[in-house]
Amino acid sequence: MSLASTPTADPWGYHTVRIHEITPEVADVATYHLGFDDSAVAAAYRFQPGQFNMLYLPGFGEVPISLSADPRSSTTWAHTVRAVGNVTQKLARSKVGDTLGLRGPFGSGWPLHTAEGHDVVLVAGGLGIAPLRPAIYELLRQANRFRSLTLLYGSRTPDTILFEHELPEWSQRGMSVQITVDRASPTWSGHVGVVTLLLDRLPLSDPQQTSVLMCGPEVMMRFVGKSALARGIPESQLWLSMERNMQCAIGLCGHCQLGPTFICKDGPVYRHDHLAPFLNVEGL
Amino acid sequence: MSAKPKPKVGVFKFASCDGCQLSLLSAEDELLTIAGKIDIAYFLEATSRIDEGPYDIALVEGSITTPTDALRIRDIRQRSKFLITIGACATAGGIQALRNWADHDEFVRAVYARPEYIETLATSTPIAEHVPVDFELRGCPINRHQLVEVIVSLVAGRKPKTPSHSVCLDCKRRGTVCITVAQGIPCLGPVTQSGCGAICPSYDRGCYGCFGPAKQCNTGSLCQQLLADGTPAPELVQLLRNYNGYAPEFRQQSEQLETQA
Amino acid sequence: MNSTPPSLFLARSNLQLLIDRLAEQGFEVIGPTISQAAIVYDRISSVSDLPQGWTDRQAPGEYRLERRDDDQLFGYVVGPHSWKRYLFPPLTTLTTADLTTNGWQMRAADDNPPKYAFLGVRACELAAIRVQDKVFLEGAYVDPVYQRRRQNAFIVAVNCTQAASTCFCTSMETGPRCRSGFDLALTELFDGFEVEVGTPAGAELLRQLPTTSIAEQQLADAEQRRQQAVDQITRKLDTEGIRDLLLTRLNHPRWEEVGQRCLSCTNCTMVCPTCFCSSVEEVSDLEGQHSERERRWDSCFNLDFSYVSGGPVRRDIRSRYRQWLTHKLASWIDQFGSSGCVGCGRCITWCPVGIDITEEVAALRKEAP
Repeated sequence: MSLASTPTADPWGYHTVRIHEITPEVADVATYHLGFDDSAVAAAYRFQPGQFNMLYLPGFGEVPISLSADPRSSTTWAHTVRAVGNVTQKLARSKVGDTLGLRGPFGSGWPLHTAEGHDVVLVAGGLGIAPLRPAIYELLRQANRFRSLTLLYGSRTPDTILFEHELPEWSQRGMSVQITVDRASPTWSGHVGVVTLLLDRLPLSDPQQTSVLMCGPEVMMRFVGKSALARGIPESQLWLSMERNMQCAIGLCGHCQLGPTFICKDGPVYRHDHLAPFLNVEGL
Repeated sequence: MSAKPKPKVGVFKFASCDGCQLSLLSAEDELLTIAGKIDIAYFLEATSRIDEGPYDIALVEGSITTPTDALRIRDIRQRSKFLITIGACATAGGIQALRNWADHDEFVRAVYARPEYIETLATSTPIAEHVPVDFELRGCPINRHQLVEVIVSLVAGRKPKTPSHSVCLDCKRRGTVCITVAQGIPCLGPVTQSGCGAICPSYDRGCYGCFGPAKQCNTGSLCQQLLADGTPAPELVQLLRNYNGYAPEFRQQSEQLETQA
Repeated sequence: MNSTPPSLFLARSNLQLLIDRLAEQGFEVIGPTISQAAIVYDRISSVSDLPQGWTDRQAPGEYRLERRDDDQLFGYVVGPHSWKRYLFPPLTTLTTADLTTNGWQMRAADDNPPKYAFLGVRACELAAIRVQDKVFLEGAYVDPVYQRRRQNAFIVAVNCTQAASTCFCTSMETGPRCRSGFDLALTELFDGFEVEVGTPAGAELLRQLPTTSIAEQQLADAEQRRQQAVDQITRKLDTEGIRDLLLTRLNHPRWEEVGQRCLSCTNCTMVCPTCFCSSVEEVSDLEGQHSERERRWDSCFNLDFSYVSGGPVRRDIRSRYRQWLTHKLASWIDQFGSSGCVGCGRCITWCPVGIDITEEVAALRKEAP
């Protein structure tokens, strides 16, 4: 029995993008500002904070990379990448003007509208701040819709703090920014310890009206989730962004499953209670 | 064009049949392109040029069977940035590791008219037991496409990738029906790493394990099943003690089968 | 449109015409044939390609071809292949990339698959195709590779008249009777076939064949033969509340026990007609000018399958078996609205150590001691 179905756009298809600018961030991490060669594609391209693209470097392979750009950007789109594997190391050797392939955007975004009227707490660990950055831009832009904005950011050392040059501006525009490091340097005078401690100590005026968006290593998010729940924040107001092996980004390759979900299309951003039964099962 | 000097490559032979080096020479389609990308500084099988290094990439074939070789591999290691072992001899001791379960002195006396001239070790061991190895390319012989992939990857600045799944997956992809299930033929495919393209089962022969144990292979469970299905233990020991018989997973299993028998 | 046309009788001597008509209409006809000591699905052009007079005997970890005492053409159950091989090929090039003076240019790879006609599709296999339709065609994204093959496929189903010891389609409510999803469905009788029509395309093809009306007694015979398959099914999988059961027993000790037996060899996932996992790998030329994305069948049993930068997520066989079984029988329901298991029994037969999914579920149903 044949099927009459209408052909849709090829989800495997790439757009050619060009590196317009490279911002070195910290050791092994840089932000690549990518622009579409086809201006019509650029004009139509929109993404939600928290979504990701598949970046393809022919000869090396493809990787999922969260957009770290302002969601209102319209000429280039930022991707903050750590050079750890074959593809990202090749990207690190690329120059302005080089081309690559892009598919996207994919996945779920941070649900900023559900946090309206709340105290919004963003908890980031390491490179986890990159997928939160588009949300930060949007939250600051609409700051009057939220009761307060707080960023708790844990970095390994003082010299791996990402977007450090932007932090003063974020503070100035009304976001309370607190940073902690795992290992201090002699000149570091800030917090030392895991980011969960910052959340434990954060005064909450009304836990019922608080939303938490977290992104970082899974173990960090497990503890942040516990801490937030212990503080009385409803589980339906905790959001996290997950990471797994992804090869297709469209729910067809099977690699990124976690329990009943595909992280590429049901995630990467999840409401905590939707994942809770599966977060603490080893090797799931 | 890039002014970057071409990486210096040395190809070295220890106890082996030369088959893996031949794989490089028989990569005819790719050889010219590869030769343009690397500087072959030492490869006695192909050229009489001898460049003492240091080498960017050392390809090492063969196992360590003599005291001289045990010293020579240390020397090569010191002169090489990235050392790749190629083939079952280099990665697991090879077929000659059968001596590891036998009386080596007796072999020497039986084979050589003047055994006192022979200076050899009692065992055949993989290179990694002697020096640190950066990458292992399995197989008896190695798959030349994998070798090309490894060389090209290193030249292009990426980590080489070779699959680590079982031979079964390749049988299924190519449509070969499982010979163990359909014909009762003992086969090491479920515990052997892919790389050959699953050739033997497509000719109704059980896998000989030429590419060595797959990652986390469950050799114990497979052997229990083959025993239950009527393969005698000594036959299983022989099946396991092949080109990769001294690889830890196969070795432990064959030794266990021997003590059971 | 609701009225199903009455079934007709096609004489055995005219089955060749069915194959010929399909071929004339440009279909590549795929059907059962004997190869490699098994009944596999391959290109056929003649009735003589069919496994006439052969059957299969199946048990956990064992499959044997055996002679029948008659000359039935479809007197077997299901073999090591499934139609998945044709609709979702083991290797496909998805895209190509070429380095031009204007940088990398990517495009979809050329893909012009034949129009397939499948002859001999069983009820459990119709269900499996339905399951893969949901995966590849009915989600947020449509897979163009599957779509191109699926949209032109013509399906001639065949009702089972016997069952293997490994069959449990009745538990999964997928068979053995073919009820939908086919263009034509045959039930093999002594000297021909009862032919049912499933679609207008099926009716059109049937009009081109010399059929006769079917006698009451032939209908009764067909029904009795189909009932024989039902009666032979002994294996059961209790699906009552299975989704919640499995997803709340993720730490049951049975996972460890089956992990000790499982070879993690991927056979079950490869023979499964619904398993759809793949990896996408880069295949590039030596010059760095041309590169392709190649999709290959992959399996959740491979250690590297769950690899992330910190290492694999599923580090032992226990967790990989658990992933497979809970996905197939539980989380599949969340994802696609039905079980991923159609009860064909292939994973039982083709497991080299004979692990039986129905036995595992029964064990998981028992509370841990």
